Amino acid sequence: MAALGAAGLVSVPILTVAWSLTHPAWAVWAHLWQTQLPELLLNTVILVVEVGLGVLVLGTALAWLVTACEFPGRRVFEWALVLPLALPAYVIGFVFLGLFEYAGPVQSALRGWLGPWVRLPDLRSGWGVALMMTLVYYPYVYTLGRAAFAEQAPEFLESARGLGRSRTAILFGVTLPLARPALAAGTVLACMEALADFGTVATFSFRTLTEAIYRVWHGMFDRVAATQLAALLLGLAGTLLWLERLSRGRARFTHGRRPAPPPVRIALGGVRALGACLLCTATLGLAFGLPVGQLVLWAVEAVARDSVPERFARALGQSLVLGGGAALLVTAVAVLLAYAFRRQPTPLVGVATRVAGLGYALPGAVIAVGVLQPLSWLDRALAESLERLSGVSPGLIVTGSAAGLLFAYLVRFLAVGHQSVEATLARIPRSLDEAARSLGARGGRTLRMIHLPLARRGLLAALTLVFVDVMKELPATLLLRPFGLETLAVVVWRRTAESLWVEAAVPALALVLVGLGPVLLAMRVVGAQTRRAGGGLPSP
Amino acid sequence: MSLLRLEGVTKRFAAGAPPAVDGLSLTAAPGEVLALLGPSGCGKTTTLRLVAGFDAPDAGVIEIRGERVAAPGWIMPPEARGVGVVFQDYALFPHLSVEANVTFGLAHLARASRARRVREVLDLVGLVGLEARYPHELSGGQQQRVALARALAPAPALILLDEPFSNLDADLRTAMREEISKILRASGTTAMFVTHDQQEAFALADRVGVLNAGRLEQVAPPFELYHRPGTRFVAEFVGAADFLRSMVTEDGIVSELGTLARPPGLAPGQAVDIMVRPDDIDFIPHPEGDVVVVGRQFHGDEHLYRLRLTSGARVHAVQPSTTLYPVGTRVRVVANLLHVVAFPLDEEG
Repeated sequence: MAALGAAGLVSVPILTVAWSLTHPAWAVWAHLWQTQLPELLLNTVILVVEVGLGVLVLGTALAWLVTACEFPGRRVFEWALVLPLALPAYVIGFVFLGLFEYAGPVQSALRGWLGPWVRLPDLRSGWGVALMMTLVYYPYVYTLGRAAFAEQAPEFLESARGLGRSRTAILFGVTLPLARPALAAGTVLACMEALADFGTVATFSFRTLTEAIYRVWHGMFDRVAATQLAALLLGLAGTLLWLERLSRGRARFTHGRRPAPPPVRIALGGVRALGACLLCTATLGLAFGLPVGQLVLWAVEAVARDSVPERFARALGQSLVLGGGAALLVTAVAVLLAYAFRRQPTPLVGVATRVAGLGYALPGAVIAVGVLQPLSWLDRALAESLERLSGVSPGLIVTGSAAGLLFAYLVRFLAVGHQSVEATLARIPRSLDEAARSLGARGGRTLRMIHLPLARRGLLAALTLVFVDVMKELPATLLLRPFGLETLAVVVWRRTAESLWVEAAVPALALVLVGLGPVLLAMRVVGAQTRRAGGGLPSP
Repeated sequence: MSLLRLEGVTKRFAAGAPPAVDGLSLTAAPGEVLALLGPSGCGKTTTLRLVAGFDAPDAGVIEIRGERVAAPGWIMPPEARGVGVVFQDYALFPHLSVEANVTFGLAHLARASRARRVREVLDLVGLVGLEARYPHELSGGQQQRVALARALAPAPALILLDEPFSNLDADLRTAMREEISKILRASGTTAMFVTHDQQEAFALADRVGVLNAGRLEQVAPPFELYHRPGTRFVAEFVGAADFLRSMVTEDGIVSELGTLARPPGLAPGQAVDIMVRPDDIDFIPHPEGDVVVVGRQFHGDEHLYRLRLTSGARVHAVQPSTTLYPVGTRVRVVANLLHVVAFPLDEEG
C-alpha cells in the first residue's frame, strides 16, 4: 500500500503532463509539424541511439577488461574509469567548445603549424553532442556492468570452458548474456539522460525536443506547446523502458548460493595489454583528464584575475545539502518500490513503478511545471486552512521552501535509484526470501537483515548516482528554487550562458570535485569488499 | 490426531493448463517422516511450497496441528505457520555466519535462551566449533547441516525438505541420509520431504507418498509400497518390475511362471498382469530349459539377467555377483512370489 501511495505521488507530475495529451492543441501541433517537429524528432532519436550504442560498447568493453583481464594499470583504471561520472555533460561540453572552436587554442595551433586552410569538423553538431554524452554517460554501463561481471560465479565460466568453448565464445555466449540486465539498465539510464539533457544541446545549439521545449516555453511563453512536446518526449521514454523490459524477457538472472568469488583474470600480454591500456587511457584522458586539466587552468586564471563569483561558498553548501537529502529520499523510495514488487509482483505495482520511473526521461523544466501545478494548489489549500485555524497566514509552505525542489528531484531521479536497486535485488535468490519468511521474519525484518546487507553495492550505487545527478541538475533547479537558494549548477550555467568560460571554471571545478567525493568513496568500499571476499575470512 | 492434513488440494499455475497438484489428500502423524516421491514435474515440490505457504492452493484445505493454514481464497502467510524449510540450494544467508544463520529464526527469544538454543541445535547436527564460519567456507554436507539446524532452531512442529540430497556427492549422500534421519528422529519433529530418488525415500521415511502428474497414487510404508504397489505406476516407479499376462482361474492365477495363489477380489476368467520383481525370480542352468538368458548387466554387488520366456515375454532376475552365465544359456526358472500383485487388464490406463 505504501509503495502504491509513493508511486502514485511521484506519478502526479508525469500524469499532469500526460493528461495534456487528452486535450491536444491541434493548431499548435499543425504548426509544430510544419516548422520543426520532423527535424526535432529525428535529431532526438538519432542522438539517443548514438549515445546508447556508444555507452554500451565503451562501457561494456571497459568493464569487461578491468574485471576479466589483467594488464598494466588495471587496478588504477578499475576505479579511475568511474571518474567522468562526476562531470556534468554541459561542463565537458563547454570545455570542448572552448578548446576546439575555430578561435580556440587547438585549431589556432593547428593553423599556425600546418597552414590557414586547416579546419576541424564542427563540434556543434549531432555527432559532437553524442560524443560528449558518450564520454560522460558510459560510467553508467561501466559501473553496473563491472558489478555484474564481478558477481558472476566462476562455475558458469568453468562449466562453459569445460564444454570446450573458447574464451570469445564464452564472452559472447555466457558472460555478456548473464550480465545483460545490468548492461541494459546502464544503457537505458544513459539513453534517458541523453533524452532529457538540456544543458549540452543548448550549449551546442543542437535542436532536440528538450531544447525546443525550453525555447518554446521561455522564448514564446507558450506553455501549451511546451507541454505537448513534453508529452511526446514522455512517449519516447516509455518506449525505452519498454525495450529494456523486453530485453530482460522472462529469464531470471540469479546466481547460485555462493557469495562473490575471487575473480580469475585472463593475463593479457604484449599488443593486447597495450591495446587495453591505450583504450582505458584514451577514454579517461578525453572524458576526464583533458576537461579537468583545462578547467584547472581556467580556474587558476580566474583566481589570479580575482573573478571567482561571489556567494560561491554558499552555493557549495546548499548544493551538498540538497544532493544528500535527495539521494537519501530517492533511494528510500526506490527500495520501497522495488521491494514491494519483489514481495508481491502484482501488475498494479509494476505499472505504477514504470510510470513513476518515466520522470527520468522528462526534462527538468517540464517536471518543474508538473510539480508546480499540483503543489501550488496544495499550498493554497494549506495556507487557507491554516489561516482559518490560526488566523495567521503562513505563506507558501511547499513551493516557498526546498520541499518542492526535493519532490521534483524525487520525480526526476527515482528511475536512477530504482534501476540499480532493482538490478541488485534481482541477483538475490528468491529462496533466501522464502527461508527468511519460513523462519518467521516479516517483510521489514527480511529487508533489514537480508536484502539491504546483500544489496549494499546496489544501494551505494543508487545513492552515489542520485547524489551526483542532483548536483548537476539544472533546469528544474532554475525554475523551482526558492528565493535565495543558488546551487553550483545554477552559478555555472549563468556564467556559461554569457560565454564566461573562465568565470564558470571555479564553480564547475567545485561541482566536479564534489561529484568525485561519493564516486571515490563508493569505489573504495566496493574495492574493500572485493578484497575481503577474495581473501576469505580467517577460520577459527 | 494428524499433524498435517491436506484435503483435496489443487494448484494450477496457468488457467487451462493441467493442474500441478490435483485433488491431493494426505495426512502425517506427529513425529512421522513422510516422503513425497515422484518423477520431476509430478507436483511434489509444488505440494511442499503449498504447505510452506509460498504458494496458495486454488482449491482444498491445508491444516497444520489442526489449525487451518490454507483454504479457498485465504492463506496464512509462511512467517506465521511455524514450518521449517530446508531448501534444495540450502538458501543460507551468505553474509551471515553459521551462528547468525541459525539465530535468525529465534528473534522471539531472549538473548540467553537464544544462545542456548543455537548451541543445542548445532550440537544436534554436529557443527559445534564452526559457529563463526561463513556459508562459503563450509563443505556441501556442512552447509546442509546448517540449513537443517536453522530450520530446526525455532522448534517447528513440521519441517519440510526439498530434494535434500540432490546437491551432494553420491558417497556423502548416503552418509548424510543416515545423519539426517538420526537428527530428525532425535528432534522428534514431523518431517515431509520431497525426492525423486526411491532409495532416499525408503531409507528415511516412515511412509512414502507416490505422486504422478499431480495425483497421489499411493501412500504406504516402504515395504508395502514395494511389495504391494497399488497401481501399475507405483509398481514401475518403485523398484524394477516386469509384467506377465496371466489368467485368473478357480485354482489360482495361471502364469508362465506357474500357478500362483489367487488374491481376493479377482474373479475367475479375468485376464491380469502380474508384477514380477527381479528378486522374485531364481533360475538354474539346465540344458533342456526353455527359458533363455538374453542379457546381463553387472552391478557390482549383483548380476541383473534378462530372460526370454517361452512366450517371448521378458523378465529380469538377479543373481549373486559371483555367478556368471553367458548370454544364450538355457535355464529353468523358479518364481518365489511372496505376495501376488495382479492388475486387471480392463483397469489399465
